[in-house]
Amino acid sequence: MTEALTELADVIVSKRADAVVSHQIAFGELSMTTTLPALLSFMEFLRDTPSARFSTLVDITAVDRPELPERFEIVYHLLSMYQNQRIRIKVPLRVEDMVPSLVSVFPAANWFEREVFDMFGILFSGHPDLRRILTDYGFRGHPLRKDFPTSGYTEVRYDDARKRVVYEPVSLVQEYRQFDFMSPWEGADYILPSDGPQGGKG
Amino acid sequence: MMDGDFKDALTGEQKIRNFNINFGPQHPAAHGVLRLVLELDGEIVERCDPHIGLLHRGTEKLMESRTYLQNLPYFDRLDYVAPMNQEHAWCLAIERLTGVEVPRRASLIRVLYSEIGRVLNHLLNVTTQAMDVGALTPPLWGFEEREKLMVFYERACGARLHAAYFRPGGVHQDLPDALIEDIDTWAQTFPAVLNDIDGLLTENRIFKQRNADIGVITEDDILKWGFSGVMVRGSGLPWDLRRSQPYECYDEFEFKIPVGKNGDCYDRYLCRMAEMRESVSIIRQACAKLRVEKGDVLARGKITPPKRAEMKSSMEALIHHFKLYTEGFHVPAGEVYAAVEAPKGEFGVYLVADGTNKPYRAKLRAPGFLHLQAIDEMCRGHQLADVSAIIGTMDVVFGEIDR
Repeated sequence: MTEALTELADVIVSKRADAVVSHQIAFGELSMTTTLPALLSFMEFLRDTPSARFSTLVDITAVDRPELPERFEIVYHLLSMYQNQRIRIKVPLRVEDMVPSLVSVFPAANWFEREVFDMFGILFSGHPDLRRILTDYGFRGHPLRKDFPTSGYTEVRYDDARKRVVYEPVSLVQEYRQFDFMSPWEGADYILPSDGPQGGKG
Repeated sequence: MMDGDFKDALTGEQKIRNFNINFGPQHPAAHGVLRLVLELDGEIVERCDPHIGLLHRGTEKLMESRTYLQNLPYFDRLDYVAPMNQEHAWCLAIERLTGVEVPRRASLIRVLYSEIGRVLNHLLNVTTQAMDVGALTPPLWGFEEREKLMVFYERACGARLHAAYFRPGGVHQDLPDALIEDIDTWAQTFPAVLNDIDGLLTENRIFKQRNADIGVITEDDILKWGFSGVMVRGSGLPWDLRRSQPYECYDEFEFKIPVGKNGDCYDRYLCRMAEMRESVSIIRQACAKLRVEKGDVLARGKITPPKRAEMKSSMEALIHHFKLYTEGFHVPAGEVYAAVEAPKGEFGVYLVADGTNKPYRAKLRAPGFLHLQAIDEMCRGHQLADVSAIIGTMDVVFGEIDR
C-alpha cells in the first residue's frame, strides 16, 4: 500500500514539481501541500492524468489555526475509483486570501465551498452561488472559526405575544462551562493561583 | 371581412409565467426537513433549489470542545437510520491515529452490527420510497422487521437508536450467546419477508411506472457530483469500499456487490433489495464466526476502560477508569481520513488531532450531502411527482446532511 503511494507521489511530484510544495505519507495516506495560484491547474492535472485519475471529489473542508500567519488551511480529499487511491491536497491561506473555486473542475465542489464559506468565512472566487448553506437565514458570523463561541451569539424562541419566532442575545442561566480534566502534570498550560509569579511560595 | 368585432379575442401567444412552489420543509415525502424551491413550467420542473440546514446542530463545532469518547454519541445522531455505521468511521479514525489493533471478536461484532445497520437503512429507504410513489403496505411490513432489528440493537447496548456501542478499541460489551443465536434465527427468516416485499413491489406496474427511467445517472454524473454507495452501484460501477478498500475484517467475508444497469430509480431499488440479501448472508457468516471466536471485545490499554473485576482490586485500574471517563484519552497529533461504506454511501471522518484529549477539528463527510446537491440536475425536466421519487431514491437523511 505504502509503496504504491510513494510511487504515486513520485509520479505527481516529477510531473508537477511547480505545484507541490511538500508531500508526506502518514497513516497510510498521501497528503500534498500546494499553493493558491497553482491550485486549479493542479486539481485539473490530478483529475485527468491517466496515472492518477482522481476523478471524484470526496470532501472540501478547512482548518482554522488562528495563531499562524496563514490562518486557514483548505483541505481537499480526492478519490480515484479507477486506481483505488486517495489523496489529500492542502493549501494554506491568509484571512484576506480568495481561493479559486473548483466548481469548474468538480461540480461537486459547489456545496462544499458554500459550506466552507459559511463556516469559516473563506471567499471563493468564481463560485456561481456563494450563499450560506447550513446556518440560519440571516445568520451572522462564521461558526467553525476558533474565535466563535460554542454557545453562539443569538438564541431563538417563539414569542407568544408577537406570534413569531424572535432572536435574542444568548442568555444562559449558567455560564457555559468548559471542564478541564487535563492532568496537571502533563499537557495543561494554565497557571494555578498559587503558582503564579506573585502567588509564589505561599 | 367577418361581421362583428373580434378585438377582444385572444390571439397569438399567451403570456405564461413559471410557477414557483415550496416543497417542504414539512412534507412527508421530503424525508425530513428539506425545503425545495421548485420552479415549474406546468408539471415540468425547471429548477430545483434545495435549502438545507434546518436541522443544523453544529456537531462539528461541539465536537471540538468534547473529548474523543464524548464525541462518539454524536455520530448516532447523524444518520439516525443506521447509527452504528457512523460510529464505526469515528472509531476507525481514532484507531488509525493511536495504532490500536481491535480484537478479532470485536471486529466480527462490528461487521455484524454494520450489516444490521445496512438492513435497517435499506428497509426504511426501500419501503418509504415506495410510499412516496404511492404504496402504503411496504412501510408497514418493513417497519415490523426494523423493530426486530432495533431489539437486537437494544440487547447489545441498551438503546434502540442511539447506541454508542462501537468504542475506540472495540465494542463496549460482549454479546451474549443467546443474542447471536437469535440474530441468526432472524437472518434465516428474513429472506421470506424480503420475498414478500419483493412480491409487492418489483413487478408492480405502478411502482415500475413511477421508478423506471426516472432520475437516470450516468458514470459521468457520478464523477461530476462525487456520488457513492448505491447511487454508484445502481449505474453499473461495482464500487464498494468494503471490497475495494477493505476495513475491519470484511476481506474474509464472502459477499457479492450487486450493480444496476440503467442507473434509474428502479435499478437502485433492485440494488438495495439485493444488498439486503447480501447483508443477511454476511450476518449469518458473522454469527457462525462469532460462535467459534471467543475472547475480549476491547483492546485493553490507554484508550479503553479496564475490566470491571480488575477495578475491584487494582488501584491503577481504578485511576485509569476515572481518568478515562473524565479527562479522556489523548490522541497523538496527526490527521487522518477514515471512511466506511455506510448504507447511504461513503461516510468519512477527517480528524485533525493535536495531541490533546479533544479533536482539534473533525469534519464529517456525509454521502447524502453530495447526493442532494445533484438534485437540481437530476430533477430538471422531470415531472413534479417524480421529485419525491428522486428524493426517495437518493436516500437522504437530514441528520447527516445538516450535521
